Amino acid sequence: MFVNFDFDVIWRSLPYLFYRGMTFTLLLTALATAGGIVIGTLLALMRLSGTTALTVAAAAYVNLMRSVPFVLMIFWFYFLVPYIGQWVTRSAQPIQVGAFASCLITFTLFEAAFFCEIMRAGIQSISRGQVAAAQALGMTYPTVMGYIVLPQAFRNMVPVLLTQTIILFQDTSLVYVISVTDFLGAASKVAERDGRLVEMYTFAAAVYFIISLVASRAVAHLQRRVAIIR
Amino acid sequence: MRLKIMASTIVVAGLFTAPAFAQALTGTLAKVKDSGTITLGFRDSSVPFSYLDDNQKPIGYAMDLCYKIVDAVKANLKLDKLDVNLNPVTSATRIPLIANGTVDLECGSTTNNLDREKQVAFTITHFVTANRFVSKKSSNLKTVDDLKGKTIVSTSGTTNIKQITEIGAQKHLDLNIIAAKDHAEAFLMVETDRAAAFVMDDILLYSLVAISKSPGDYVINADPLSVEPYGIMLRKDDAPFKAVVDAAMTNIYKSGAINAIYDQWFLKPIPPKGINLNVPMSASFKKVVADPTDTGDPAWYAQ
Amino acid sequence: MNYHWNWDIFWELSPDGVHTYFQTLMLGTAWTLITAACAWIIAFASGSIVGVVRTTPYAIAVRLGDVYVELFRNVPLLVQMFLWYFVFPEVVPHAFGTWLKQLPNGSFYTAVVALGLYMSARVAEQVRAGILSLPRGQRQAALALGLTLPQTYAYVLLPMTYRIIMPPLTSELLNTIKNSAVALTIGLMELTARARAMQEFSFQVFEAFTAATIIYIIINIVVTFAMRLLERRIAAPGYLGFRAPAAGH
Repeated sequence: MFVNFDFDVIWRSLPYLFYRGMTFTLLLTALATAGGIVIGTLLALMRLSGTTALTVAAAAYVNLMRSVPFVLMIFWFYFLVPYIGQWVTRSAQPIQVGAFASCLITFTLFEAAFFCEIMRAGIQSISRGQVAAAQALGMTYPTVMGYIVLPQAFRNMVPVLLTQTIILFQDTSLVYVISVTDFLGAASKVAERDGRLVEMYTFAAAVYFIISLVASRAVAHLQRRVAIIR
Repeated sequence: MRLKIMASTIVVAGLFTAPAFAQALTGTLAKVKDSGTITLGFRDSSVPFSYLDDNQKPIGYAMDLCYKIVDAVKANLKLDKLDVNLNPVTSATRIPLIANGTVDLECGSTTNNLDREKQVAFTITHFVTANRFVSKKSSNLKTVDDLKGKTIVSTSGTTNIKQITEIGAQKHLDLNIIAAKDHAEAFLMVETDRAAAFVMDDILLYSLVAISKSPGDYVINADPLSVEPYGIMLRKDDAPFKAVVDAAMTNIYKSGAINAIYDQWFLKPIPPKGINLNVPMSASFKKVVADPTDTGDPAWYAQ
Repeated sequence: MNYHWNWDIFWELSPDGVHTYFQTLMLGTAWTLITAACAWIIAFASGSIVGVVRTTPYAIAVRLGDVYVELFRNVPLLVQMFLWYFVFPEVVPHAFGTWLKQLPNGSFYTAVVALGLYMSARVAEQVRAGILSLPRGQRQAALALGLTLPQTYAYVLLPMTYRIIMPPLTSELLNTIKNSAVALTIGLMELTARARAMQEFSFQVFEAFTAATIIYIIINIVVTFAMRLLERRIAAPGYLGFRAPAAGH
């Protein structure tokens, strides 16, 4: 089957694949997760705020992001973000946004919609009695949310949030379409340069598989521990 | 934070006072001066114009020309230091990225034509090529008509894919056209028999064949489908910047510096594999060097 | 904003000389829907089988089902597309590989298989979760009545399971439609690819992407609505419906 399998090409390109490619992938995953959770939580609070305008706006945003393919969104933002920057800063020219920043903005805003739904479920999992009790004690809305509801919601949802992060980690490979050097981009550049598609894509698949599998096992383990404590 | 507010106050103040200075910089020059950086767009696999070497660093003929332009911009703005950012572009992303300000100069193998001049500007032509197709010798494809009913590939976002689409429609060739992300990917489609032919600028095809695993297996068709002048792309409606860039290019041609740069990429062994493309300057390009032009009209080059 | 809007671009002729840009987008929509529909058949069929297998009492079968799901779930869809498109034809016998590569519409078949198998792992997870959510007594009662294991699944467990997992299945179906856009990387001219091509030929980036976005939203609304109708038609009386926590897209 693998008569001509050339391990050497993988070995030679390892530093490039991991130092350049995987660093980009992991950094993008980590920052987009952090940003996505923050914005997603805000969106969730908007959706649950009871103020019609906020609820509708947040719901529209979430539904829009969930209706459109990620690939299309990546194109959208890559071309659109500089113009938005120009509009925000009122500058004469579109603002220069590098490939990494553009990807980061895209993934953060896109994932925020998914994290919003997770956080909304998390917030709704907290019993109303707790909120009522906190309000009876004279706590303001920010205090109730910040000290009572969100910490518990977050904790309950940690396994789901982490599962979403693993999906995000896999989705970062889609930046391939704008020729950015993430892990898959690095692998494909070597593959195309040396004509070693079989080796590089098989290797890339193996690396994604191992990382995602180990991570999802760890999440499952965590989920069991959380379940016991609760 | 406070600094930012101060800075924006100054910018706003600047907006009001700007008309007082007739010589105030605008457009890309102003941006380059303020930020101290200029962004070059490079290609993955436009050999030998703009491509990645073994260390995945962008190099090539168009990159060398761009660095010369950067030097000229630096001198023009009297800057001590000018940082160069490198941003990858593909055939599909290059025009929107120039237009939206991500990239200041696109250093690659972009055809200058009248259609594109409505969206972006081009400096002096740096190469003249023709649209042809490569196929395996074994498949015996000599003319466009031989492609009838075949699966062919071209790179998405190029003039070539547009032309072959049009030719296919005119001649009722019933082509199945695949759009590849970049030239290397497109060539691989032919190499792995996914597609019968790859329609592209001949100079890129020569290079791809030369660096392929078995160059003897491929043949490029004889009749060109069109003439394609290449230019480095910049933003439209930015005359001061274009003037500096054009002057830099003209200077490279007039001073004779072009010969050394040209020879280095077309007549000497090039990285990564040390292959010599051996493509001397064409008559049309010699004409450009003698009489630098930025026209996108193919007729000018055909004469 | 120094961008030249031109909404009339949709009615101009595209470079293929036959269709207007609007028509090319419609062709793309058709390919998106056909690809997603074929992939969904694979996803639903093999996902159901694997999901069922993972709830049977046979340890080895459960193990194999687990491996199947882990394999297709832990590799990015784009990488799986590349594996099927670039790697698979090279590792099978040469003649078969060449036949595969020269298949007309090869990228369509590849996209259907890759997308179908990728989504099948997700469907399998939902089916398994649905079966496990049923009271254990149902299975025990069915077996005690003398039904064989296949009969138990066919007449007792699955009819209920599919009703319960309708909402998550709907979102997996929508994911299948959206994920078909990834196939543009292997040359399938579906909706996103057509929008990109339109942008390249006409330079009207935002008009092209706006149109594609609106079409995706319409597809989304129509499918959601149709699935709700179906859900209501087949709802079992006395059940509130169960919503599994669904992560992913």
